[in-house]
Amino acid sequence: MANFFLDTPELKYHLNHPMMEKIVTLKERNYNERDKYDYAAQDFEDAMDNYHQVLEIAGEICADVIAQNAANVDTEKPSVANGRVTYASGTTENIKACTQAGLMGMAMPRRYGGLNFPITPYIMAADMVSRADAGFENLWGLQDCAETIYEFGTEEQKQKFITRVCNGATMSMDLTEPDAGSDLQSVMLKASYNKEEDQWYLNGVKRFITNGDSDIHLVLARSEEGSKDGRGLSMFIYDKLDGGVDVRRIENKMGIKGSPTCELVFKNAKCELCGRTRLGLIKYVMSLMNGARLGIAAQSVGLSQAAYNEALAYAKDRKQFAKPISEILPVARMLSTMKGKLDANRSLLYATCRCVDMYKIYDDIAKERTLSPEERKEQKYYAKMADSLTPIAKGMSSEMANENAYDCIQIHGGSGFMKDYACERIYRDARITSIYEGTTQLQVVAAIRYVTNGFYKELMTNLFDEIEFREDQDFLKETIQVMIENYELTIKAVMATKNQEYIDFFARELVEMVGYIIMTILINQDANSNPDLFSKSAIAFTQYANRACHNHAALVKEVEPKWVDSYKIK
Amino acid sequence: MTYKMIVLAKQVPDTRNVGKDAMKADGTVNRAALPAIFNPEDLCALEQALRIKDQFPNSTITLLTMGPGRAADVLREGLYRGADKGILLTDRAFAGADTLATSYALAQAIKKIGGFDLIIGGRQAIDGDTAQVGPQVAEKLGIPQLTYTESIESIGEHSVTVKRQIDGGVEIAKVEFPALLTVTAAQQCRPRNAKFLMKYKRALTPGESAAQGKEPYPMDNPLFLAEWSVADVGADIVQCGLSGSPTKVKKVENIIFQAKESRRIEDNNQEIEELVVELLNNHTIG
Repeated sequence: MANFFLDTPELKYHLNHPMMEKIVTLKERNYNERDKYDYAAQDFEDAMDNYHQVLEIAGEICADVIAQNAANVDTEKPSVANGRVTYASGTTENIKACTQAGLMGMAMPRRYGGLNFPITPYIMAADMVSRADAGFENLWGLQDCAETIYEFGTEEQKQKFITRVCNGATMSMDLTEPDAGSDLQSVMLKASYNKEEDQWYLNGVKRFITNGDSDIHLVLARSEEGSKDGRGLSMFIYDKLDGGVDVRRIENKMGIKGSPTCELVFKNAKCELCGRTRLGLIKYVMSLMNGARLGIAAQSVGLSQAAYNEALAYAKDRKQFAKPISEILPVARMLSTMKGKLDANRSLLYATCRCVDMYKIYDDIAKERTLSPEERKEQKYYAKMADSLTPIAKGMSSEMANENAYDCIQIHGGSGFMKDYACERIYRDARITSIYEGTTQLQVVAAIRYVTNGFYKELMTNLFDEIEFREDQDFLKETIQVMIENYELTIKAVMATKNQEYIDFFARELVEMVGYIIMTILINQDANSNPDLFSKSAIAFTQYANRACHNHAALVKEVEPKWVDSYKIK
Repeated sequence: MTYKMIVLAKQVPDTRNVGKDAMKADGTVNRAALPAIFNPEDLCALEQALRIKDQFPNSTITLLTMGPGRAADVLREGLYRGADKGILLTDRAFAGADTLATSYALAQAIKKIGGFDLIIGGRQAIDGDTAQVGPQVAEKLGIPQLTYTESIESIGEHSVTVKRQIDGGVEIAKVEFPALLTVTAAQQCRPRNAKFLMKYKRALTPGESAAQGKEPYPMDNPLFLAEWSVADVGADIVQCGLSGSPTKVKKVENIIFQAKESRRIEDNNQEIEELVVELLNNHTIG
């Protein structure tokens, strides 16, 4: 009777963040649905109690069902026959449990059958599901796609599709094609409109589609014949009940094996346009992607937690030199650094979630009434915050999930290299997180403008000024000051060259320095409000991050612009 | 088609994860030290009822439990999973009941509910392990019973067909309504549902409402949990609780299982038979 919510007090800490009162009250429109739906929150305390109790249900399912099935799902794997996918038996059980528990469509409004949860508690469930089985998070987390239908679809489409998602229908987002991966502007799948029938049809091939045999697909397709770039692409909804899409094959992957990655063939598949034509990539995919990236950040944090838990349990159990190896300092240091990274990543994840919540709720309210100038200002501010923090959260948490998975195996020693322990599955599962939904390199591209326009600098200074350090934490305050100064000097040096190629060359280092500093500030903030839970992590992460920033700064000093040419591949 | 079902539930101490203080010095269960939970096999009984309701959505499931005021928790737990209403049979006069007095009280309450097709209960509770209450309820009501049900194979207008566990296998059996089933742990109960939880977390018995200084819910409010006393179910007070319980505990012995040493038995019939005889003689099995 384990429970992933109750055994991880860090989750409860983030759920109880002071900003939640504002988020929840806005999200619930001052609790105006309390008389309309028998399960609607009555007031703030009631809403928070609901989140806690529902996350407890999720935590129970994660521990007792999803985590228990993870190893078998990994070996059984999904299969494909006659164009249809059959999930591993454990996956089917997982979906059934989540549907019965009402954990589908968690963030959707009540009028479509959802729970109307803010993004923050929803992502918390994703965090736990990923810890239980990162591959299953892909299937469960695709309920995110309903958000796109909610934001851009017609009322009829919302009634038709979102209600089904809330009742357990699965989703997929069909974007990638053989020749359109990171470069989605090259999407070729053809959407053609039949005027007599007033009907759109899809023809072509999609590749690497997660959960490609889902019930409801969002499909990016070229609706404007003869167009070549992103402006000729539109978003469509394909309903499996209509038929016309077959799964040609599923990929044989290294990790997240339970999640079927499909090659799809569209043969005159009936579909509906979602939103307006030509906005498919430039507006809808961008919005979809930001949500998906937050999901991958959660998946990474969940994996980091799993890696840390496995490593800690093994280290406490395994005795060498007449004591548990957890008491051997180099091992203990690895564990503490893992925990530091995990906690810092999680602090950034939920700080990002709160910003996403704020602007999305304002976006939604703006459909009902005009926002006040004050509200519009906040909406803009949080949208920018979310946009600037999401690539850092996704990019750095995924890299650190890989580091934690690596260290988890290291702590297991030779046993970790065998298939007997969960750590090897976690290691394989973690590997994809820094690749899909935009590689780490693409996260850097999304973030770099906030480096060059000074936004991050301002943000870190503001955040830093907000912390009231406890007396015994003064040394951390000094370290953070050093980190910020180091960042300023480095960015100044890079920008002074006025050499765009050189800026691009060091974009990753600069963005990572931002990530290290922001996470350091956040984890110190947490350590100040809850020393028992976070002070160890604050020390371990601050010192680790400071060293990483020094390394980056040193590399920038070392590699002057004149050396960039020697890195080029002709 | 619709079915009217009653699920019997018991709140029990969680004996699956016992610590050092699980037993009192006198050998009785230290209920205070163990979390109170929904008896696991009663949850399986609820699952069977819920599966029937999944198939025939207008069917109703009434959860019936006997216990002190806090046993209302199991009613709410049942509502979170999809039961329609809950009845708490509670009265000081019910206290100290053995299986005979318990089944008498439950049977009286079921008569008051009336008009049911199926009563479903767990095979046994993890605190007493008697497996007697279900069968005795059926006997008192004069209805047929099928015990050790693993799954419901099909349900018709007037009967239900089940697969039940028997020594060395299973059998398929059919029984006419009204009937009582007791079920094994073969099929686990579904999780609590988020919406039901958010709705029913405020469900209270009149006793609980009073304790919180609130007006009790009107009886037709879905959040009303019924609370029935000895008088409410028209029971003979002598047959209830301690006075209605012929079972007397003569002696309780603490047994500590210890593997002092291991012994190797060769893989041949003679040695195995000798071991079986030995274990029978010292009452380890039998």
